[in-house]
Order: sequence, then C-alpha cells, then structure tokens
Amino acid sequence: MESVLGRYRNLIVLVAVLFAQVLGLAVQVKRSAAASEPTLLIRIWAVGAIAPFEQALHWTQTSTSSIWHNYLYLRGMRAENRELKQEIQQMKLEQARMSQDAEQGRRLQALLSFKEQFVSQTMAAQVIGWSGSEQSRSIYIDKGAREGIKPDMAVITKDGIVGKVLQVYGTNPLERSVSQVLLIDDQTSGVGAILEKARLQGILRGTPSGDVVLEKVMSDETVPVGELVLTSGGDGIFPKGLPVGKVTKVSVGSDLFLNIRVRPAANLSRLEEVLVVTKIDERQAEPELTGPVRAADILAQRLPTVPAKAETTADASGKAPSAQAGGAALSGSALSGSAPGTAQAATASSGATASPSAPKAATPQAPTNPAKTNPAKTNPDNLTPKPTIKPAAAATTPAKTVNPTAVPKAPQPQPAAQDTPQ
Amino acid sequence: MAITYTSSEQVEVYRFSLPATIVIPLVAIFIQAWLPLRFPFFKIFDLPLLVTIGFATARRNPLAGLFTGGLIGTLQDALTHQPIGLYGISKTVVGFLASSLGIKVDVENPGTRFLLTTVFYVVHEIAYFVIARGLVGLHMLWSWPHEIGSGAANAVLGLLVYALLDRVKQRI
Repeated sequence: MESVLGRYRNLIVLVAVLFAQVLGLAVQVKRSAAASEPTLLIRIWAVGAIAPFEQALHWTQTSTSSIWHNYLYLRGMRAENRELKQEIQQMKLEQARMSQDAEQGRRLQALLSFKEQFVSQTMAAQVIGWSGSEQSRSIYIDKGAREGIKPDMAVITKDGIVGKVLQVYGTNPLERSVSQVLLIDDQTSGVGAILEKARLQGILRGTPSGDVVLEKVMSDETVPVGELVLTSGGDGIFPKGLPVGKVTKVSVGSDLFLNIRVRPAANLSRLEEVLVVTKIDERQAEPELTGPVRAADILAQRLPTVPAKAETTADASGKAPSAQAGGAALSGSALSGSAPGTAQAATASSGATASPSAPKAATPQAPTNPAKTNPAKTNPDNLTPKPTIKPAAAATTPAKTVNPTAVPKAPQPQPAAQDTPQ
Repeated sequence: MAITYTSSEQVEVYRFSLPATIVIPLVAIFIQAWLPLRFPFFKIFDLPLLVTIGFATARRNPLAGLFTGGLIGTLQDALTHQPIGLYGISKTVVGFLASSLGIKVDVENPGTRFLLTTVFYVVHEIAYFVIARGLVGLHMLWSWPHEIGSGAANAVLGLLVYALLDRVKQRI
C-alpha cells in the first residue's frame, strides 16, 4: 500500500488539488446563483497587491504625458485653437435651436405628467487596470467605497455608456479604495436599450467573442444599419437616453428574434477616464415659466461678449441697455468668423439686438435657465463642463466691432422701440 | 529542433530564490492586468501561463509545478469577476504536465520551448473551456485556428520570458 502511494504520490496530490478546486468552484457557483455573495478574501488580497502598483504606474504615465502635452509639445495649438473657437460658435447656434426644442418637449412632458430622469451627480475616475482575462471583460477604477461608490452604479464616458460597478473595495481602512466595473461587452452584462428611431426595445448583451448584440427584437421588425441605440432606462441602472452605440449588422436569427450587432459608442478597449453616475434624480417635467422666448434673444445672450473692462466704461457712459446688448451681440457676431452659417446667424442676431427684445436679453434673467437646461450638479472631479452664460456686456464702441456690410443698421438701436410689445 | 529524450539522471534541476518565486508571478499578473489597457493587442498573451510553464519546466518537480500553477491561476482568477478556480484548475494541470514533461524532455533549447509552449497553451485553453462551460455554464466559443495562432504568439513571447527566467534560476 505504501509503495502504491509513494509511486503515484504526484498523481494523487494532483487529483486531490483538482478535486478541492472543483469543489470550491461548485460552492461559488451555487452561492452566486442563490444570492449576492460577499467579496472573497483572496480577491481583496489580489486587488490590494496589484492596485497600488497600477495606481503608481498610472500616475507616472499621466504626469509624464501631461508634462509633454501641456509644456513641451504645443505644435499646432494656435491652429487648433482657432478651429475650436469656430466650432464653439457653431455649437452655440445649434444649442440655441435645441434649447427651444427641449423647452417644447418639456411642456409636452408636463402636459402628459411624465417623469424625467437626470444624471444629477457624477464622479470622475481613472481606469487603472484590467481583469487580465478575455473571458472577464472588466476594468478597475481608482475610486471605491471611500469615495461613495456603490455596486450597480452606472459608468459612462462622454461618448456613451461603459458598464456598471460590480465590486467595490475600500470599506476596510486597510483596503485599497478601488472598484471593479463590468463592461457592457461582457457576456454576463445586460443593459436595457432602445433603438432611437424605430423605438424598439431590447436587451444589450456582450458575447464570448467580445461583440455587443441587441437581443429580443422581433424578426418581423425593420432595423436599419447605422441607427443609434440608446439606454431605455428599464434596467434601473442607466438613466434613459444615454448613447449606447450604433447598429452595424442586422440578420435574422434562428428563433423569432433579430441578431443585431452594435458597435459601442465608447471605445471600450481604450478607456482612460470614466464618469461614475453617483446620483440619478427623477422629477416631474416642468415647463419654463418665463414664457415664450425668441431664438434671437437666446443668440444675443449666448454669443461672445467683450471684456469686463469695456463694461465698466459703458456703465460710466450711461448708455441705454438696448445699445449695450446690441453692442455685445454684435461684437460676438463680428468675432464669429466668416463661416457661411455663422455669418447668417450673426446677421440675425444683430438684427435682434436692435429689436425691442434686446433689453430683455441683456438682463441677468436668462431666457433659458441653465440649471434646467442641464441640471447636472458636478463634483470637483467632474469632467462635465458647466454651462456659464454671462450677461451680455456693453461695448464702448460698437461701430468698431461691427462688420458694416453684414449689419448696417445695428449700431443705431431705437430707444423708443423698447416699449413695443413683442 | 527535435525534442531530445533524456534520462532523469541527465536532466538538470533548478530552483528559484524566494523573492523571485513571489515577485515574478506578481509582476506577470500585474503586467497582464495593466498593459492591455495601453496596448489592446496584448490581450492575446497569457503571461502568468508562461511564467507557470517556465517555473515548472525549470524545477522539474510535479508537485511544485502543480502548486505554482494553482496559486498563480487562483491569483489571476481573483482579478476577474468569474468564480475562483477557472484559471486555478487550468494552470494546475499545465504546471503538473510541464514539470512532468520537463523530467523526460530536454527543455533548454528554443525549438523545444516553442513547441511545448504552443501545446501547453492549447491544453490550458481546452481545460479552461471545459470547466467554464461544464461547471460554470459560461457561453464559450472554440476556434482551432485562433487557439493555435494565439499559442504560437504566446510561444514567441515565451522564448523571451524563459530567457529572463534562465538568468534568475539557480542550479541545485
């Protein structure tokens, strides 16, 4: 007997170790099927051993990259800056148009007693690690329990959704405060999604190969390639309306449903910074109480202003408010460049500032309340830019800033027209 | 390169110092968890597996091989969200086989190392596939060209890893 044990000692130990591991695996599978299991100690140890090095390396890399990009490598910055300024002008015009649509939508929602969901608080986090396995598509972020992160919080980027928080570490003071995020391309993830135009709902899932598919859409429906997929809000994790991705391939499946392949909007293989949605508000839709607002008024307010120095000079000169607003808007129009669309809008805005509605635009009571347009309150870490709308400042010499060919009558506002009802 | 059959008296057995035994697997797991974020193509590599094979073939002790593989695999499992044991079992099997084969086969030349790593990679994937599908119920895809291609890629990287391990191993 002893000789048999000695002879097959290695094999016996192998079988024993494998048996113990299989047993442990079976226990975990049963537990996870029954209820949410507590975090295993081995996971805490492994994360505690790896995460500090990942954070240190990430910090080093970010610092080096920051020094290089912010101080050393500035080639092409002027040209890029100029292009971005032009882009901002275009986007301001677009925003003015869309705020009107949004206001109309809010009024309709209020009529129908809809409840809206808002991402009211987010927290920026750095991606510091990956699971290290193709079969487990998850990442680690540098924010954990100590920063208020909780399981099942949504994780997004500016492009679209990324995943949800799966495990949170850092409840114990000795633990490293990090979190594990399950990506939407993992086969165990599921997101309630809706097609933007077709308004068909389905479940977004990952596949073993790493593709993302939209399931449970009936095969008799028509889904065009290229259609946007948004979150439906039905999963209770992601707020409704966040971009998910685009449909890249549609085929009829073997069952009653379509096979819809989706390319995620966020680049899941190159994540560096993400936003964790820490608070979602749900509230009744309310229309604006300021009454109807003309697009021209919004434009007059949002277009760039002259520096503060000019404002004080104008105040001292005691010019009429309409003239101040007109000057501000006109200076903005003059700054807006020579892009065709911008030039047209500039003409419109300058006309508006000379119109009776100009004084209203110049007052601090903004026609569009930024808090309602974008109700997100952000943390200091938050990457979401806050909309800052300055009251239109006065210009001392509006005639110098106005392109006379574009807006010949703008510098001569009619004070009498201020009392004219809209 | 032909695989040379040698007697167990002829093969050289090596050991690794305690710091190397602890640090090298941790560094391998760390690189595996960090590098794919910057270089997504690195996902096809399994650095902890290469370290397991490297340790096992150098030590030529089946018990040491299976325990090393089991520990490295369990640590790798701990970073995933899957149940712990998938990589642990797969690497236990590979560690045992690699060290058992190391007793009988000369694993010092690059050709042998390339072939063995390719084969062990496929064995590892088969073990993982069977456990993940059979015990955990995961949906898994199997593609021979993909697995063999990944095995060859890992074998190329393995030559570099084994060369580095050769520098820290000590002859008994």
